[in-house]
Amino acid sequence: MRGPHACILALMISSALVVANGQSGDLNLPKNVVAGAAFSIPTAGSGKAVLYIAGPAQVLKRDAQLGQPVEFAAGDLDNAGHYVAVLSSNSSTQTGEFDVAPASQPASLSFLARPSRIPVNLQNGITAAVYVFDSYQNLITSPTPVSFQLSVASAPAQTRTVVANQGAAWTGMNSATKEGNAKFVAQAGGISAVRVVQQVPGDPCGLKMSARKVSDKLNLETDPLRDCGGNAVTDGTIVTFTESWSGGQTTVDVPVKHGIAQAEVPAYIGALISVATGVVMGNEIRWEGHE
Amino acid sequence: MIRPMVLLCSFLAAAGAFAADQGSVKVEPTTLQGPRQLAKQTEAAVVRDYLDAWQTLGAALNQNQVDLLNQDFAGLARERFAATIADQARLGLRSHYQERSHDIKIIFYSPEGLSIQLVDDITYDVQLLDHDRLLASQLVRARYVAVLTPTEVRWKVRVLQAEQK
Repeated sequence: MRGPHACILALMISSALVVANGQSGDLNLPKNVVAGAAFSIPTAGSGKAVLYIAGPAQVLKRDAQLGQPVEFAAGDLDNAGHYVAVLSSNSSTQTGEFDVAPASQPASLSFLARPSRIPVNLQNGITAAVYVFDSYQNLITSPTPVSFQLSVASAPAQTRTVVANQGAAWTGMNSATKEGNAKFVAQAGGISAVRVVQQVPGDPCGLKMSARKVSDKLNLETDPLRDCGGNAVTDGTIVTFTESWSGGQTTVDVPVKHGIAQAEVPAYIGALISVATGVVMGNEIRWEGHE
Repeated sequence: MIRPMVLLCSFLAAAGAFAADQGSVKVEPTTLQGPRQLAKQTEAAVVRDYLDAWQTLGAALNQNQVDLLNQDFAGLARERFAATIADQARLGLRSHYQERSHDIKIIFYSPEGLSIQLVDDITYDVQLLDHDRLLASQLVRARYVAVLTPTEVRWKVRVLQAEQK
């Protein structure tokens, strides 16, 4: 049996279950409970009972004197969520449901900034995601302003403010034109979290080399490698020199050292020599036997 | 009374792309905040793992078995539900959750792809038992917010929290 008939039957069985369990009324429950705050649940009648508060996030069990409220101290129920309350006595069972809302004041931020190392001058190259939590680690789902600030020593700070939706906020930021460490701060309700993003030079701009004959070899050397913002390219960046002549080809990969790359290749008359790093091509030299 | 119920049930029956122990499952079209595109395979995996997490949570709370949580929960959510299970065991309680329907909408995919957030309008029955004596059975309608993060083989739930509708 599937579809509507099965569903109706399930609903009817469920309704019958509730009646069979002897639930004889609804509890008078507070409308607004904030996580971690004190609250009370009034009861009626006389005699002893037990009050249960149950949800996936927390469960409580308290002895109750009917006719007197059951008091919950600050911190007793600190997990936001939806709860079922059951007041059970020898003669009756009363039930109800209520919500516990997160506190509105942020107490911690889960802040992820990526990447941790990025070339300079990339539009929206740095992204950040933040989740906002209260002091009991409940996700604050009400709209909460989150400000982001990315600052480097050599340039004005970039600032954005985003309203967190369901506890989550994100932004994108540009990397600066100058290399160096950037301080990335996320802030909400006076709480802040800091990450450091290392901004490194981009690809070399205008890669240029020269050739000089030393005995029977050619000494190849680049000009100081800089990106388009004028930042010195990081030592260790690999530069590839390629020499092609009628009898074959030689390729030499060398790391940049002290800002330049150097290599020695055989001095074949008529050879064509090129230089490249990453996707950046430099100039070409045709070796005719003299500089 | 019967007619609205028939309409409701017809809708639930028709809407269930997934239909197993989770009851009927409806996945709303995704309207993401954030710059990252959500691939269909990722969406399907997230929904599958999220629904599995509810099954796991139900079993863990019903059997008071904390270890069951490890497969589908991590971080805050695992700690929180583990504490609930410990309290249930200490108090002699068990709770039995039976999902009737999920209405899921993915709302946020973080730019670096390391978290996904969804909301779920869920209907479930919960039975509360004290030393195996059934205290009450309640039909609950609630909205849950969940945050999932990827692990080696599946998405795990890091936050699962009901909010006021």
